[in-house]
Amino acid sequence: MNETIGNEMYTLRINGQDRHVKDAWVGESLLYVLRERLELPGAKGACEQGECGSCTVLMDGDAVCSCLVMAATAVGADIVTVEGLIENDPSIASTAEVIARQVTDVQQAFIEEGGVQCGFCTPGLIVAVHHLLDKNPDPTELQVKESISGNICRCTGYGRIFAAVEAVIQVRKASR
Amino acid sequence: MTVAVPLSLTEAFDELSRTPDARLIQGGTDLMVEINFNHVKPVRVIALRRIKELRRWQINSNNTITIGSGVPYQEMELGQLKELLPALAEAARTVGSPQIRAAGTLGGNLGTCSPAGDGLPVLFALDAIVHLQSLKSARDLSIHEFMLGVKRNARHANEIITGVTVPILDGWQGYAKVGVRNAMVISVASACLAIDKKNNSVRIALGAVGPTIIRCRDAESWLEQQIDLAVATSIDMTMAKEFGRRAALESKPIDDHRSTAEYRRHAVGVLAQRLITRAYSS
Repeated sequence: MNETIGNEMYTLRINGQDRHVKDAWVGESLLYVLRERLELPGAKGACEQGECGSCTVLMDGDAVCSCLVMAATAVGADIVTVEGLIENDPSIASTAEVIARQVTDVQQAFIEEGGVQCGFCTPGLIVAVHHLLDKNPDPTELQVKESISGNICRCTGYGRIFAAVEAVIQVRKASR
Repeated sequence: MTVAVPLSLTEAFDELSRTPDARLIQGGTDLMVEINFNHVKPVRVIALRRIKELRRWQINSNNTITIGSGVPYQEMELGQLKELLPALAEAARTVGSPQIRAAGTLGGNLGTCSPAGDGLPVLFALDAIVHLQSLKSARDLSIHEFMLGVKRNARHANEIITGVTVPILDGWQGYAKVGVRNAMVISVASACLAIDKKNNSVRIALGAVGPTIIRCRDAESWLEQQIDLAVATSIDMTMAKEFGRRAALESKPIDDHRSTAEYRRHAVGVLAQRLITRAYSS
């Protein structure tokens, strides 16, 4: 059905839950709505023009920049933020484990390999890496590089990030 | 402000006929930047992203392909579209980042009509037909008539760009672009070259070096007189260089925040030379 959304209310499907956005200006970006209205500050705002990738979320299975999505147009889309990734982590078997574990296998690898320095780009990278490995469990080096080419990190020089991705690939391979 | 999210073209035309002043939004990668920076504050927006009819592409019986205006660039990078339209695949792969290519579309590129739009030189080189539709009528426009200037096109306010049709050519084709780095970059200069063996012709289109995309008619006809494009297996360097020089002469670049006119003119010459060399070395 055609929906015309004014300023009253609209509903987004985020991390498996219906989240209502009330009394908001409908031109707001998904990034703004996530952070300022829905208490999901994982996605970060930096460039607000799709160049840095720190606001990356999954929308209907695609990694996109949430700063470039008009939130009201995302009605009906399935949105997953960095906060919701743990639910879909293939290395976690049960709901109890979701609650017990704080982080996904990708996040754990970033910690262990030193892929995090200032941390600002990290949530976007984590989402991008999950997206890559979900679609392609055994990527080449070039595919890894291309898949995070839209995520700018100014601290690490990427070496530790590539090491973290490689570590996840190996761990997931061993458990298959 | 209101946002309409129609689920079909019929619903979209309905909405647009009621609110012809509405801004159309496809992937959002252009319009949202303007909104985020307070450059525009639209009153009405119609989002086209959920219209399935626009997200399809098909091969037609007359050896052409019609690509819906809502097909994201990421679909052009791979598979059958890449095989049949390699220049489009190469151009698609240079658009922004994977995140941008998941959202951005040819419809958006055409709607915005920036001379730096990466899809546009390909459409110019292939003499694409742009399909426009309104509630009561439909029309087809050549891409050369569609793009009028910097961010200006021939779309009427009550029309939606539904797609483009391009020919499947026999012959090498490719896209090349210059920017300040490899990934995540808006073109400083770009070029698309396509050989059409059947008609013994070469097409070269330049991006970001003029108010519209520029087809280098002089360079094209010059080269067509020099060699038989259908049977040639190599091209000598002097000829490739002259082709590049002639193409550069047809560019009309300006100085702006991204580069200088002088550099752009030089760069498109190099790109044209490089593309024609690639065409006859692979």
